[in-house]
Amino acid sequence: MGSNVVFYAMYNDDDVLKDGAKKLVAKGVKVADVFSPFPIHGLDPIIGLKETRLGIMAFLYGLTGLALALIGMRYIMITDWPMNIGGKPNFSFLENFLAFVPITFELTVLFAAHAMAITYFLANKTIPGMPAENPDPRTTDDHFVMELRLSDNSKFSEKELEEMLMETGIVELDQKHIQ
Amino acid sequence: MHKEATIREPLVLGHKTYHQVTEDVCKPIEGKAPRTWYILFSIAAIIGVYGIGCILYLLGTGIGAWGLNKTINWAWDITNFVWWVGIGHAGTLISAVLLLFRQKWRMAINRSAEAMTIFAVFMAGLFPLIHMGRIWVAYWVMPLPNQFGSLWPNFNSPLLWDVFAISTYLSVSLVFWYIGLIPDFATIRDRAKKPVAKKIYSMLSFGWSGRAKQWSRFEMVSLVLAGLATPLVFSVHSIVSFDFATSIIPGWHTTIFPPYFVAGAVFSGFAMVQTLMLVMRKAYKLEAYIHTKHIEYMNIVIMATGSIVGTAYITELFISWYSGVEYESYAFINRATGPYWWAYATMMTCNVLSPQLMWFKKLRTSLTFTFIIAIVVNIGMWFERFVIIATTLHRDYLPSSWSMFYPTHIDIGIFVGTIGLFFVFFLLFTRYFPVLALNEVKTILKSSGQSYKDGTAKTPAFSIEEQHLADVKMKSSATAKAKTKSTPVQDTPAIDPKLVALVGMLGVVETDHKDDLTELTGLDSAIETKLNEIGIYTFAQIARIDAASDLGLLTVYISAAASQADLLAWKIEAEEKLKNDNN
Repeated sequence: MGSNVVFYAMYNDDDVLKDGAKKLVAKGVKVADVFSPFPIHGLDPIIGLKETRLGIMAFLYGLTGLALALIGMRYIMITDWPMNIGGKPNFSFLENFLAFVPITFELTVLFAAHAMAITYFLANKTIPGMPAENPDPRTTDDHFVMELRLSDNSKFSEKELEEMLMETGIVELDQKHIQ
Repeated sequence: MHKEATIREPLVLGHKTYHQVTEDVCKPIEGKAPRTWYILFSIAAIIGVYGIGCILYLLGTGIGAWGLNKTINWAWDITNFVWWVGIGHAGTLISAVLLLFRQKWRMAINRSAEAMTIFAVFMAGLFPLIHMGRIWVAYWVMPLPNQFGSLWPNFNSPLLWDVFAISTYLSVSLVFWYIGLIPDFATIRDRAKKPVAKKIYSMLSFGWSGRAKQWSRFEMVSLVLAGLATPLVFSVHSIVSFDFATSIIPGWHTTIFPPYFVAGAVFSGFAMVQTLMLVMRKAYKLEAYIHTKHIEYMNIVIMATGSIVGTAYITELFISWYSGVEYESYAFINRATGPYWWAYATMMTCNVLSPQLMWFKKLRTSLTFTFIIAIVVNIGMWFERFVIIATTLHRDYLPSSWSMFYPTHIDIGIFVGTIGLFFVFFLLFTRYFPVLALNEVKTILKSSGQSYKDGTAKTPAFSIEEQHLADVKMKSSATAKAKTKSTPVQDTPAIDPKLVALVGMLGVVETDHKDDLTELTGLDSAIETKLNEIGIYTFAQIARIDAASDLGLLTVYISAAASQADLLAWKIEAEEKLKNDNN
């Protein structure tokens, strides 16, 4: 058993792929992945991708930056070494807070942006030196590849899947047997 | 999908397919650089090296090498700093603010505008650093525990805010820019033929594969980073303006500074974008992507921000009189009528009058005129900062210490040097980086491409139904054509005329040129005989089978012996064979 068949169906148009995916999904086929040279809008719900939670993460990172800035400003400017600037109150964080708004804002943005970018790279597994996984070099140019796995679609036979793919306007079909 | 009204001018001119977009952008990177590139690069490099020499001399000698004196303690250094930061603002505005506003025209210019931002902010950051004099202790601006009983930097000071604002701005812009570049680097990687280039671009593309999930995250990151960069870009120049506005110097101490500086920054930044884009689109033959409409849009931004700047100048003048503060009004009277009147007049003409000419459609759609105005605005905005900084300082409260500012050759050398360095960076960028956001331009190709808007584009088809319709049409017309030609090869008349036509399309071959078709996997001699019967003898014919239209017919003919997929596989195999034979 153990062996699995992967279909790489290649399209030369994003809308054809999207329509094809819609038809296949309607028949109960599970699309494993899609490789495309640019984001295909409206594809994610069709192939059952959940919305990414990166936005929520960015918000949390921003909160971290904000908290760090507030704690830092309070410690540095109020507790540890209050500075006497023209005799202005230097013992109260609240009264001094206005002067700390710019730094607080910058640190919030700094943390949210960079931590989000790092999360993005890790989640995508895009790190310098990683090997590319697109099945065909043309998928970063003008071709679109839909990946189907036999193991995900156990109710269909290899032949059935193949025939269903043939009806979706593909330009090339590649089959790989993987162990 | 994004829909666009037909009356809107297309953003991509002519008929472009996805592949052509890739070709147009990648060709200049893959080919050899033109001679002009080398000439420009050498000039920029020489100027840049001269600038570095001046900086090293300044660091070795001290700030006294500048023309500063005890009255004018800020002059060209801070002028250049503010000028460069301001120029940087256009890139972020284009890529972040216009992204939030869903302005699709930004896609043609955002990549290079953002590169410009990053290089301009590099140049800007240089000035405060060398102004420190002892650059080797520059890390003291960071809140690090130190040997002075942990004496912290003063977080109440706008100069320290600047440190945080500029470094956040630079690093966030860099990350934003690079995240957008990764998929395009992947495109270049997959096209690269030379092993070294392939290796470098694989490193740069971080192993990007273009999975649906990756794209979904990509879009989210772009959106959130745009949302973060938008207030960031406003905060940066606001904070730069605080360097002046929070002081008690007449002429600086005004609350109008933050919005006025931000508008000025966008104004000067767009002027620089115009200067660069007008040359780049010609040199890299990108006229189809960055055309008159884009230039016009940018001119409108220049006109709008120029008007804000003009209003701010006049408001400043009015308030200086209306406030009744003698010192304040003198600062402005002196700017306009004092020894530096010429700088003030230059600023007023370049920044207030020249953008108003953009109200005329004829002028704002003229490329030559735009280029001239862009240069004029760049000069004007440099003078604005000079007027604000040097002419405000040169007559302070004590008339005995009034003085004038004369730049030394080190002042000039460093300023010109940063322009050289900026162009060194920018030229390197245009040589090795995709200057157009490939993946973004492709997303608007169908909604904003000219041939798609006026309906002349056939391929790629819009939807699967339409494609099938087109195929049916093609097939019937092909049949008709072949019939009138009446192909004479067939010796077995009992064959379906459609098949005859089809084989006619594949090309007629004599029997003695026949290939051994059984070499193809799974093609047995029974099928070979069947194929030979209708006149298919060679791999070339099989390779020529049109996957979209011919497959069905042939499958019917071969019937039970093979499926469509088998045929398709044979076709691909035959193609491979032919390729290998040719090599």
